[in-house]
Amino acid sequence: MAKTKKTELALDRKVTWRKVFQYIGKYWFMVVLSLLLAAVTVALTLYIPILTGDAVDLMIDKGLVDMAGILNLVKKIGIAMLVTAVAQWIMNTCNNYICFHIVQDIRKDAFHKIEILPLGYLDRHAAGDIVSRVIADVDTFADGLLMGFTQLFTGVLTILGTLIFMLIYNVSITLVVVCLTPVSFLVAKFIATHTHDMFQEQSRTRGEQTALIEEMVGNQKVVRTFSREAAVKEQFGEINDRLQKCSLKAIFYSSLVNPCTRFVNSLVYAGVGIFGAFLAIRGGISVGRLSCFLSYANQYTKPFNEISGVITELQNAFVCASRVFALIDQEPQVPEDEDAVTLGEAKGNVSLKKVSFSYLPEKKLIRNLNLDVQPGQRIAIVGPTGCGKTTLINLLMRFYDVNEGSISVDGTDIRHLTRGSLRTNYGMVLQETWLRGGTILENIRMGKPEASEEEVKAAAKAAHAHSFIKRLPQGYHTVITEDGGSLSQGQKQLLCIARVMLCLPPMLILDEATSSIDTRTELKIQNAFARMMEGRTSFIVAHRLSTIREADVILVMKDGNIIEQGNHESLMAQNGFYTNLYNSQFAG
Amino acid sequence: MKRLLVYLKEFRKECILAPLFKLLEASFELLVPYVVASIIDVGIGTSNGQHVIKMGLCMILLALVGLAAAVTAQFYAAKAAVGFSTKLRAALFGHIEDLSFTDMDQAGTSTMITRLTSDINQVQSGVNMTLRLFLRSPIIVFGAMIMAFTIDVKLALVFVVAIPVLAVVVFGIMLITMPLYKKVQGGLDKVLTVTRENLTGVRVIRAFHQEEAEKKRFQENNEGLTGMQMFVGRISACMNPVTYVIVNAAVMLLIYQGGLKVNVGELSQGQVIAILNYMSQILVELVKLANLIILMTKAMACADRVASVLEIGTENAKSFAKGQVKEKGAEDIGKKGEAEQAGACLETYVGASAKDRKEASYLIFDDVSLKYRGAGQETLEHISFRVQKGDTIGVIGGTGSGKSSLVNLIPGFYPVTEGRILLEGKNLSEYDEVELRRRMGVVPQKAVLFQGTIRSNLLWGKPDATEEEMWRALELAQAREIVEGKEGKLDEEVAQNGRNFSGGQRQRLTIARALIRQPEILILDDSASALDYATDAKLRQSIRSIKDRTTTFIVSQRASSIRQADQILVLDDGQMAGIGTHEELLADCSVYQEIYYSQYPEERKGVAVNG
Repeated sequence: MAKTKKTELALDRKVTWRKVFQYIGKYWFMVVLSLLLAAVTVALTLYIPILTGDAVDLMIDKGLVDMAGILNLVKKIGIAMLVTAVAQWIMNTCNNYICFHIVQDIRKDAFHKIEILPLGYLDRHAAGDIVSRVIADVDTFADGLLMGFTQLFTGVLTILGTLIFMLIYNVSITLVVVCLTPVSFLVAKFIATHTHDMFQEQSRTRGEQTALIEEMVGNQKVVRTFSREAAVKEQFGEINDRLQKCSLKAIFYSSLVNPCTRFVNSLVYAGVGIFGAFLAIRGGISVGRLSCFLSYANQYTKPFNEISGVITELQNAFVCASRVFALIDQEPQVPEDEDAVTLGEAKGNVSLKKVSFSYLPEKKLIRNLNLDVQPGQRIAIVGPTGCGKTTLINLLMRFYDVNEGSISVDGTDIRHLTRGSLRTNYGMVLQETWLRGGTILENIRMGKPEASEEEVKAAAKAAHAHSFIKRLPQGYHTVITEDGGSLSQGQKQLLCIARVMLCLPPMLILDEATSSIDTRTELKIQNAFARMMEGRTSFIVAHRLSTIREADVILVMKDGNIIEQGNHESLMAQNGFYTNLYNSQFAG
Repeated sequence: MKRLLVYLKEFRKECILAPLFKLLEASFELLVPYVVASIIDVGIGTSNGQHVIKMGLCMILLALVGLAAAVTAQFYAAKAAVGFSTKLRAALFGHIEDLSFTDMDQAGTSTMITRLTSDINQVQSGVNMTLRLFLRSPIIVFGAMIMAFTIDVKLALVFVVAIPVLAVVVFGIMLITMPLYKKVQGGLDKVLTVTRENLTGVRVIRAFHQEEAEKKRFQENNEGLTGMQMFVGRISACMNPVTYVIVNAAVMLLIYQGGLKVNVGELSQGQVIAILNYMSQILVELVKLANLIILMTKAMACADRVASVLEIGTENAKSFAKGQVKEKGAEDIGKKGEAEQAGACLETYVGASAKDRKEASYLIFDDVSLKYRGAGQETLEHISFRVQKGDTIGVIGGTGSGKSSLVNLIPGFYPVTEGRILLEGKNLSEYDEVELRRRMGVVPQKAVLFQGTIRSNLLWGKPDATEEEMWRALELAQAREIVEGKEGKLDEEVAQNGRNFSGGQRQRLTIARALIRQPEILILDDSASALDYATDAKLRQSIRSIKDRTTTFIVSQRASSIRQADQILVLDDGQMAGIGTHEELLADCSVYQEIYYSQYPEERKGVAVNG
């Protein structure tokens, strides 16, 4: 259990690496090309200072300049520079191609997995978390990967190349450079460890301030209602002052890294200058070579700093990658049978046999539930909150699979039907309305994209939605945002009904609870529902007495069991739980 | 932007010193190639070891002085930037807390929060980096050129050409790619939207069997994003190779020309090396400068957004008032007749009991209309009623009928756009805002508590409340048992937004917060929705017990909550659909009947049978 819990959040290092290489593997050719070009670029970049140094060596003094030799070297520099430029551009483009396509592949895989993940997984995980895995995490991964490709290879190659070139030309100066550069890292490291606490302090204070901002700006009206502005400002000021102090510390001390490393580099530079000059006086090195060494000394620490940056970035990138891969690696829903039957237009006979189900194995919910629904019957499900009404809908739609027993439609076990055909046979309107960003037209058309505008209008009229749509600024072409934007809860509900009206499937599942809708609008929605239900097998999670009373079968659920079953009269006659429930509605 | 500079004024000294010290550092850096040239020409050229040592020490000294200057500059830059943002944040927070309800509605809370947090942080780092780099980079670039001039005028001309060309390439590529990166961000947002929709709407999408279509939709957006990224990538991939070519072309020219000059004795070897060194410094600094400019434009955009929040309020209020006056006259004529028509039951009420209510002049709504700023329609139209001191007023109606808007007018949260409200005979707008609100106890729809303790939350209602007063208010609000059930009693911790209390508990505590100040007018805006019927009833009963002092407005969807009220206002789509007691309204107000019977269908049956 503990292990699966962990893999849900992130994969371990080894698996992540393997996965990353799998994705990269597809572009192996590009990767090899990019590496080769990186080698070429680095070698030539390092070669040019040598050529420059050689040229300087050819201009010894007045009248002692070998112009032919210089011209030759200038030509060489020109060729080297052009080759480098072209190689660099192709390499950059390759790197972009590899990274962006890997990212595209990962996102695609992640999204495809989302489409086939069991509802259970999605219900258990916050949408925001999954979105951030697919978007933000993949983005961070891409940035890290790109940086790795562009800077890690070239950085390492530059360091190696510089060392080799330096060693070839002069061992002793090389030793000076190699011995002095680590000082720069020590300084950077020293500052980083010492500023760490200051940054912690800063982010803690910042967090405290953000919390206050969220509370006091979010509820600004309450603040003003109680005329507490002054007190709140004072509170804010106190935190703000603390933030100023610790921010100044953190920012100042961390900003010392650059000047300090620059200082160390200057020391290295001076060291090479002095040492090299003495060597040159004794004839151990030419002036041109010395200038070449000076430029190497200047650049030598740069790739080190870059690499340390890249490594932190890469570690971060891998953490993010492991989170996405954990999502991609999730067990999908049970695949459909190969010989799964496509359900045509169902007659509407639904039967549940000995159905047991629970979300958590240790907490039984539905036990041994039996039910036989004839075509066209209206089934009302009533009971207190948490009794399993929504669960029943989940099972009928096969959002979840039963643990024991079976559910069948027109005599076929729904596990032998294709999910798509089963679900399109149900029209479902849930209590929580969901609309997508787009036009009203697109939203209604959702289940039947090929429907004409006339059909859409007819459906909207039937759902009592036409009149308010008409009054919207662009009518059916009004764009609404994902959460429905300016539409009221009732209007959104009407749109959802219109959406189902357009398809008019043979069976219906309605969760009619409308706690946020005022009773008058609810009445309109009721009428729309009633029209839809005519002649169709309907399952209704019922809150309203009229629905309950007119139902053919009332299922009274409690703690996952159907404790009473029958029509209104027979149930009232029993004088049991239903009678109690029914009467309690008038208690207030 | 200018608005914000006020907050930088206090740090004028720092703002001047920081770049100044940076300038010093850069100047010292520029001297290094000169020293190296001297080492080569004098030290090596004449085999003078002493000179080499002297110059070497000189380089170390330059480095040391440079370090000192840089550290000083960093300190002043950090001080100015942090100080500036601290001041700005305090000012902005203060401004937001003082915004009127109308302004707050328009600005939106989440935007305000972003402005106060991430935007100001961006501005801070923008100021910091600007102070640090804005002088340094240009000085190195142009300084290098000037130094080249001191060595040789003709060779320096290469710099004169190379610098603008490099600048054009670097800035050009950045200018081209910046808007493109914005487009890439837009593409990413689309991918994000589809992903989120497929998670939040998974049941609907699967119910309609749209998985394949969604996959296609996602992939279209996904590929679109990759295409855009590749396009931008290809352009920005040019930056390094092109600048590399330019710099090296310049180097080639310098070597060739330098060779010629050395040959005729116009230049020394060391000087050629110095000039080449200057050339190599330019590119790095130009790239830094370009990055700085991007950072600055971003910071500038954030600064503009922050400034625009600071501008909300004064200006808006003026133009708002003007616009309203103009509209008023035109609407007056048409609406009057309509209003009379709409209030059919109002007529009967006014006619029947006008005499008795004449002296009820504690609070008067006189033909009040309200139109929110930016809204197309009036939210309240021609509302008139009178309230006697100590009365309980119920307000009922469907969602969006204007119930909350109506009671929000009483504490002056929004100004009326037409008509007037009189409290004890004096127009509401003439009251001092703080004074007016001190007399009111408002329990908002959303029950919010603030981080702290129960005690600190109650003190919001009355800063000098005694322990006894607190318990009394809790008792009245049916919240005593909540507090007694907590280990810390009054000092029990309250988490942010009161998350550690249930909805019903929060509601009762916010009621207690309003009651503790013993308000003259108590407004309960759908504040008992999370309470069960029994508690709701007890609460109403206890509120009736303070009748001699307090006039109460109860907004509710539940007919049972307002049934006992002395007067019930029935709102329908912003208009007064009826006014009277429960019995009166049940007799002749169709809207009220509809609402009531939809909640008590049993009684309708009774009516039908009786009738």
